[in-house]
Amino acid sequence: MEQTVANDRIMVHVTINGESRQALAEPRTLLAYFIRDTLGLTGTHVGCDTTSCGACTVLLDGIPVKSCTILAVQAAGHEIETVEGLEHNGQLHPLQQAFWDNHGLQCGFCTPGMLMTTTALLRSQDDVNDDDVRRAISGNLCRCTGYVNIVKAVLEAKSRMREGG
Amino acid sequence: MNLDATETQPLGKAIKRKEDPRFIRGQGRYLDDIVLPKMLYMAMVRSPYAHARIKSIRVEDAYLVEGVKAVLTGEDLASMNLAWMPTLAGDQQMVLATGKVLLQYQEVAAIVAETRESAEDAASKVQVEYEPLTPVMDPFFALSAEAPVLREDREQKNNHIFHWEVGDHEETDAALAASAIVVKEQIRMPRVHPAPLEPCGCVADYQKSTGKLIWYVTSQAPHAHRTVLSMVSGLPEHMIHVISPDIGGGFGNKVPVYPGYVCAVVMSMQLGRPVKWVETRTENVATTNFARDYHMTAEIGATEDGRVTALKVSTIADHGAFDAAADPSKFPAGLFSIVTGSYRFPVAFAEVDGVYTNKAPGGVAYRCSFRVTEASFLIERVMNTLAYRLNLDPVELRRRNFIGVDDFPYQSPLGWTYDSGDYEKTLNTALDMIDYRGLRSEQQKRREQGELVGIGVSTFTEIVGAGPSHTFDILGIKMFDSCEIRIHPTGKAIARLGARHQGQGHETTFAQLIAQELGLSAADVLIEEGDTDTAPYGLGTYASRSTPTAGGAAALAARRVRNKAQQIAAHLLEVSPEDVQWDGSRFSAKGLSSRNVSMADVALAAYTNLPKGMEPGLEATYYYDPPNLTFPNGAYIAVVSIDRETGQVHVERFVAVDDCGTVINPMVVDGQIHGGLTEGFGIAFMQEIAFDADGNNLAPNFMDYLVPTAVETPRWETGRTVTPSPHHPIGAKGVGESPNVGSPAAFVNAVVDALSPYGVTNLEIPLFPWKIWEVLKQHGLTES
Amino acid sequence: MFPNPFQYYAPQSLDEIFQILDKYGDEAKILAGGQSLLPMMKLRLAAPSVLIDVNGISQWANVNAQDQSLQIGALMRHRDWEHALDSRVPLLHSTAVHIADPLVRNRGTMAGSLAHADPAADWGAALLALKASVAIQSAHRLREVPLREFFVDTFTTVLEPQELLTEIRIPLPQNDAFVGARYFKLERKVGDFAVVGVAVTVVLNPEGVVTDAGIGLAAVGATPLAAVNAESLLRGQRLTLDLVQEAASEAAKESDPITDRRGSEDYKRAMVNVFVKRGLTAVHKDWQLQMDISA
Repeated sequence: MEQTVANDRIMVHVTINGESRQALAEPRTLLAYFIRDTLGLTGTHVGCDTTSCGACTVLLDGIPVKSCTILAVQAAGHEIETVEGLEHNGQLHPLQQAFWDNHGLQCGFCTPGMLMTTTALLRSQDDVNDDDVRRAISGNLCRCTGYVNIVKAVLEAKSRMREGG
Repeated sequence: MNLDATETQPLGKAIKRKEDPRFIRGQGRYLDDIVLPKMLYMAMVRSPYAHARIKSIRVEDAYLVEGVKAVLTGEDLASMNLAWMPTLAGDQQMVLATGKVLLQYQEVAAIVAETRESAEDAASKVQVEYEPLTPVMDPFFALSAEAPVLREDREQKNNHIFHWEVGDHEETDAALAASAIVVKEQIRMPRVHPAPLEPCGCVADYQKSTGKLIWYVTSQAPHAHRTVLSMVSGLPEHMIHVISPDIGGGFGNKVPVYPGYVCAVVMSMQLGRPVKWVETRTENVATTNFARDYHMTAEIGATEDGRVTALKVSTIADHGAFDAAADPSKFPAGLFSIVTGSYRFPVAFAEVDGVYTNKAPGGVAYRCSFRVTEASFLIERVMNTLAYRLNLDPVELRRRNFIGVDDFPYQSPLGWTYDSGDYEKTLNTALDMIDYRGLRSEQQKRREQGELVGIGVSTFTEIVGAGPSHTFDILGIKMFDSCEIRIHPTGKAIARLGARHQGQGHETTFAQLIAQELGLSAADVLIEEGDTDTAPYGLGTYASRSTPTAGGAAALAARRVRNKAQQIAAHLLEVSPEDVQWDGSRFSAKGLSSRNVSMADVALAAYTNLPKGMEPGLEATYYYDPPNLTFPNGAYIAVVSIDRETGQVHVERFVAVDDCGTVINPMVVDGQIHGGLTEGFGIAFMQEIAFDADGNNLAPNFMDYLVPTAVETPRWETGRTVTPSPHHPIGAKGVGESPNVGSPAAFVNAVVDALSPYGVTNLEIPLFPWKIWEVLKQHGLTES
Repeated sequence: MFPNPFQYYAPQSLDEIFQILDKYGDEAKILAGGQSLLPMMKLRLAAPSVLIDVNGISQWANVNAQDQSLQIGALMRHRDWEHALDSRVPLLHSTAVHIADPLVRNRGTMAGSLAHADPAADWGAALLALKASVAIQSAHRLREVPLREFFVDTFTTVLEPQELLTEIRIPLPQNDAFVGARYFKLERKVGDFAVVGVAVTVVLNPEGVVTDAGIGLAAVGATPLAAVNAESLLRGQRLTLDLVQEAASEAAKESDPITDRRGSEDYKRAMVNVFVKRGLTAVHKDWQLQMDISA
């Protein structure tokens, strides 16, 4: 049985973007802050305090979750993917490319969360339409784009990924 | 297909943004991403009461929390003469409360500790004893004799802040009295908040050894912040280095200086270590500058055939506990005097009274050029009422009263000189896009089938680009903006501006603008903003002013560079400067275009092969004092249907045609419109910071301050007309705020239109379903 | 923004959980999906000194169907119903897609939602309509409580400090029965709590007679409510327009909303009426379609 006393720190091992990392964390440390402050991956953002905005979205074992509403200790032994892991061998992920090509971002603060949510969407669904994308990103708030070009980018990425096999 | 930044002649082209590669990789550098060695964290103790006397503050227990370095109270600040700070509106605001608290969540003490968590733990250990006082939440009551005086620091013993008026009162009254038709409407724009996705924050890094303060701050106006901080703190201005890193949206929220900033600076100076303060979302929505909160009454006079004769407006402005409006100094009600809108009013009068209440201070220009949204909403709403009164189609009423294309430059009765516009053309474009006639007949059919369908029109005029130095200043500093361009020997350039983008795309659009002037590509021009040690002084980015002011500076700085380049080109081409011509990409000898040199050739020569006596180098700086403001305009049409049983409104279509003059990058312009419309939609349908009678904030975070998601957001359709500004160097007008300014009225007009057959002319926003349902019920329209 | 310090336990068995509960009693809170608890802890509206993370109890991450009931383990998450449609209990899918937002649904659990007992909870209304019961276990006893006896008051249930909600049991209809269901949620935007939520589930025989009906209501009382009178009006009757109207207005009477920023008491009551009517009408249409197909 894992147990701690308050303020005691626990060693948390995670696989993040394919890399094995470990660090100490207080039980109350939220995964978002563990990723940002402890592991130094600041692409994951925090935009609210009520689990509303989704700027902190990461993939936990492939499933998009709000990392501000999970304890770092709960992620121990699990696999995490963040925006920093999307690019492979210097090649942008099709979603990253499509967001760029279609002006799917303005201030960029919601972008990592949007990218992670839609990465999971495109992995899990072969066929997506405008409504599917809108529903999928309804836990991710954007104040700049009105979502128009985000949706456009996701649909374009999907068709590019299909063409690319 | 959007284009790469290597495109030549880039002005007007949809160039993909140069800033995006870092953002899509999660490598933006926002405020909270900044980590300095030995950095401490700050948290705030805040008041649970909206109005209370502070009996005592006990901080001892906070020091018992491990890692706590310091606790700062208002009394501590008072001993440094820093308990109060000046606001941009010339009022003063408490940094940390002394004596009384005047709003819920007000800053009472600041804690600095080794970690975020311990700072917050310690904040909960500070014991503050309050004696609750009656809060004043209603601005009308605040003006009454019975209301308690909130601001004991002022000589004036009431809650009235200012009276401001413009226009001819007597003539307007006379014209109204003589008018065949007069409509009167009360229009309220509730308290809302810009709520950028990144909250505000700063890292103050005072280095005792050098005496220099490096201040990283989420700032839309870094130079202005440097000056204000120097004035407040007494630190010499050259020893303050403000760095505004990547900004996660601003919308006006990041213009003012907030108490947390001052506390972080004080703490860093005392402790000699960097101090980071990042507010929570609740702190952001509940305490930083709100917007709107205008209670307006308007009367329009008209002839029977629908020609407007006079406009009279009276407004109570709820500024909260401190007048922290971010307005130009001479304009306590901002540019509200644009309230005559797109129409030829022969006379008009407007007055605004500012009032203190126990709410967060403000108001800031939320995606708005200083109270223009309020003005536009008012006129576009009341014109609608007039149309119903006259039984005229709202489009027809607008046509009859538009300032005509030949009337420009147009002198408005409230003192503005509109630069240009073709309102008919813009409106017609929107009508065509949406098939207005077809839509009206379809509406008729659907009405006959019992549906509630409405079409709402808004044909607004904005006033942006503040502003000319004879009229516009903030705390005395004239509202020019600036650009410095250096061309390197290999023909690549860096340009620094006094503006600070927060998502608007300056790194691309200003590169396009400068590249166009210099025959380069956007890829050749690096744009740098937000560093006060390197950028020339400017007033910053808000109020859609970057393109009209900094954009003007960029164009003119580039032309200065080009003038010198022409001298050098003459030397290279071995002709006299008058015999050199510029074709947009190369200099050539007149009549001999095969003899030509590029800007890169000239740049190299500027460092290697100069004409005798010429100063080396190729660079220029321009401080642009705009001769006038710019007046973007647009025609927006909303189509809505209402669910009779639930009161839910569905926006079926929304067409937005904007005229922002010359377009630098259509992709970016469309993006700005999409975002602003979405904000306008939120304001019309779901957003209000409301309070209960005890002064409790009922929407202090994203649980109740509602931000539209992709699901609710309507599908926007955008169009454009281009009427260049005659006085701007490239004819551009600014665009960021038009959609937020113009859209709320279109939404409300559409909902009112749906209910107009039943005599409804006015509805108060936000249009929550329950509100619509109450109206439907009142008129017996709910089916069961 | 940051929870208070607490002791963290991640037990791997029920016995371990009971030992911890025995030691700490109501100082301890169970952490399952955490999508309600952690937000409250971040705002320090909740400050438990001990957190028992039950995500390691693997036998809870299962669904079984036996003895005419669907047995849902306490770690089944909202997303499990969002992405699957069980034609015997279509209400689960119909409800799941309306809960919070997709990211919260990926984490939050059905059992956690019931134990939290928010009166606006969508699952509360839906599972009341389904006449579900919950298995409640402590170190000393195992009991099954009908959900209709589970909610006591706002954020309060019959769960005692030493007890755990381990399973949700939903009675299944006869294999050949037609089951129609709808969940209607009036929300101000996606991610909002319900202004009013209405769950309707109806079993119809081939003659169109209601053999069983469930109506659950969210956000119109101190707890989620079952509109029992409306249900009994329906049972044994054909679904006619008149009956639908009658049941809808009966359900509205049974609701007990309060006036707040989301709407007046009258409004919310009227919405119960509208959504019960719409739900029953939609189910009737589904049934007709089904009959047409089989004919």
